[in-house]
Amino acid sequence: MELRLTPAERAFAETVRGFFATEYPQDVLAKVREGSLLTREDQVRAQCALQSRGWFAIGWPEQFGGPGWTPTERYIFEQELERAGAPNIIPMAVIYIGPIICAFGTPEQRQRWLPDILESRAMWAQGYSEPESGSDLASLGMSAVRDGDDYILDGTKIWTSGAHWADWIFCLVRTSRGERKQQGISLVCVPMDAPGVRVEPIISIDGTHELNRVTFDRVRTPIANRIGEEGQGWHYANVLLASERLSYAHIGRKKSDLQAIRRMASDLPGDFAETMIEEPGFAERLASVEIAASVIEISVLRALTGEPDAAVISALKIACTEAAQQITELWLELADRYRQPFLERTLSGWNRTLPEAKRFAVPQTASYLFERAQTIYGGATEVQKNIIWRLLARANALPRQGQAVS
Amino acid sequence: MDFTFSDEQVQLRSSLQSYLAERNGFERRVKISRSEPGWSADLWRGLAEELGIIGAALPESVGGIGGGPVETMIIMEELGASLVLEPYFETAVVAAGLLQAGGREAELEAIVRGDARYAFAWAEPEGRYRYHHVGTRAVRDGSGWRLSGMKAVVGAAPWATHLLVSARTGGDIRDRDGISLFLVDPAACGVAMRGYPTIDGRRAADIRFDDVQVDATALVGTEGTSLSLIEKVGDVAIAALGAEALGVMRRLVQDTIDYTRQRRQFGQPISSFQALQHRMVDMFMKLELATSAVYLATLSLDADATERAKAASAAKVSVGQALRFIGQNAVQLHGGMGMTDELPVGHYFKRATVIEGELGSTDYHLARYAELSKAAA
Repeated sequence: MELRLTPAERAFAETVRGFFATEYPQDVLAKVREGSLLTREDQVRAQCALQSRGWFAIGWPEQFGGPGWTPTERYIFEQELERAGAPNIIPMAVIYIGPIICAFGTPEQRQRWLPDILESRAMWAQGYSEPESGSDLASLGMSAVRDGDDYILDGTKIWTSGAHWADWIFCLVRTSRGERKQQGISLVCVPMDAPGVRVEPIISIDGTHELNRVTFDRVRTPIANRIGEEGQGWHYANVLLASERLSYAHIGRKKSDLQAIRRMASDLPGDFAETMIEEPGFAERLASVEIAASVIEISVLRALTGEPDAAVISALKIACTEAAQQITELWLELADRYRQPFLERTLSGWNRTLPEAKRFAVPQTASYLFERAQTIYGGATEVQKNIIWRLLARANALPRQGQAVS
Repeated sequence: MDFTFSDEQVQLRSSLQSYLAERNGFERRVKISRSEPGWSADLWRGLAEELGIIGAALPESVGGIGGGPVETMIIMEELGASLVLEPYFETAVVAAGLLQAGGREAELEAIVRGDARYAFAWAEPEGRYRYHHVGTRAVRDGSGWRLSGMKAVVGAAPWATHLLVSARTGGDIRDRDGISLFLVDPAACGVAMRGYPTIDGRRAADIRFDDVQVDATALVGTEGTSLSLIEKVGDVAIAALGAEALGVMRRLVQDTIDYTRQRRQFGQPISSFQALQHRMVDMFMKLELATSAVYLATLSLDADATERAKAASAAKVSVGQALRFIGQNAVQLHGGMGMTDELPVGHYFKRATVIEGELGSTDYHLARYAELSKAAA
């Protein structure tokens, strides 16, 4: 066992850090720093900058355009991206569907979709949840009925992040009603401009528009747009969900947030003490979240570099998202009464009217509200606990320490 | 000892409830909140004239009904349950409390009539929650005064016909002595108000006072000794805001119970899962204890200063913890729907988030309670 990075890994971290300091679009970093919302164009430029080094499709096999990193190198990269304050990569295309196309797509599908994802020519949305199928995703009802070489799609998808920016949407649809509800689900890709696709914005609790309702009214899409076999969509989606769950870790972001909180708390005046960092209640809460983040990091690293255990992956989804929410609560305390202003963060100079020391409060309060979603999406905490319990209830299921690898 | 409501108090609650159900329904309130003024002059008139609510807890000598803290508690709880935007709290609780101590009968009469709306500008950008963190200065100018300084996140200020402003007539920032109260016309020369919407659908403003001239009658109460009055009214305000929070939480708990009973997943209502049942029971328990804490604060308002202040801090801590737990879990149990602007739950959660951070956060009042207990021992 060894906690430290190798000299080569440290050198890699240096290289990545240098990239973000000089080659990455600095105006995007500035926007994120002040809490302004990014445009689609900002996101595209940021992604293209990553791709200029071949660092965009980080989870793809090398033959399709992935960087060919070890799990540790990938982790270092993500840490540095988050430490630099770069926006998270929009996961739908490159993290969620890309690896599935690599693994289960036909050569034609790979040829058609992967280059556009790599070069940020196409954005994608994920069509999984439905109004009546959230936690119980396998009960989904959007139907795909064969008609010649096409499927005819009817139904509604909900909570679709970025559907208003997307060129394609990948959907779980019901192609047959089998004995088990998990059977008869297929994975079908649909161009967003297909006749009958309608996108309706859902305004979130923080006033932003990220989510949508997408309805499909007799939408025709070629059967050739189905990924993998008919009726196997649930299996592909689960491969995806497993990789999705650890993408929630965002350890680098947590660490840099905690550092920023500590810095800011040292400057902001307290009520009973000179500064907020000397207020005992705040200092203890900050310390306990710092401890949680540093311990979670080791768990994430163990999961990434060893054999992934399903119970551990689900447990870490809970731990990581709860820690992220606790961080937003620390920000909220620093915001004090400046949690109240609600300002339009798409306009440039939106924060000019606020005292400089309190400008952070607006985006951080929005985060406090919006990040409540972390324990809901990708399988709510309560559902993860059911999954973990089902795994633990099997005989000898408890993950074991120090077993010889068979 | 008696924790029952009188017949008149029961009547007050039910008439306010039905009035608000009719006049301040969810959709209507959202529309008012998003309108240009952001509040409803009609609703305000109605509260003053049809219901007589604005003067319900004010003395008959100024046209009120002569009720007390319990009436305020009932009114505030119902305003919370309906997420009323209009500045009852700022005007009829906080400003009226300050003006009563200053013997300002004419101003109080205008409040009762529904002709005046107030905002209390006490906080400053660097000051967090201490009322004596006052950097705004008032210097003598002939028989009057000139005010200069900056006030932060002044609730309901864009709607106000009058501002009450704490300013220093002596001493240094954070001194307890030397704080005075002034009545200022928001349209006066040198008042620069930067208004904005707030996350809970109301309005507030940061206000700069730049050599604002006021005459001698602007001074409310006596010069330099207003801190203890402000702190006392601060405790009155905590009891009232705590009551509003009870209304907010009652609705959050009820909506969550209703939603989980009708939302079906895995072939059954999600309320049939024990993990969710117990969570909602925990929410109910927090609400029950917060209710008692608000009673304690309300019924201690005429006690000596330390006891009153401890009861207020105890209430703000209990209410603050309950608001956070109930608010967060109401959203969680509503799932994705809780994250939208479409259902009431998100709006109530945002009001809960504001109340939690108003008049001192939970951390602040834990520390204040500890300090008061230490001093009293």
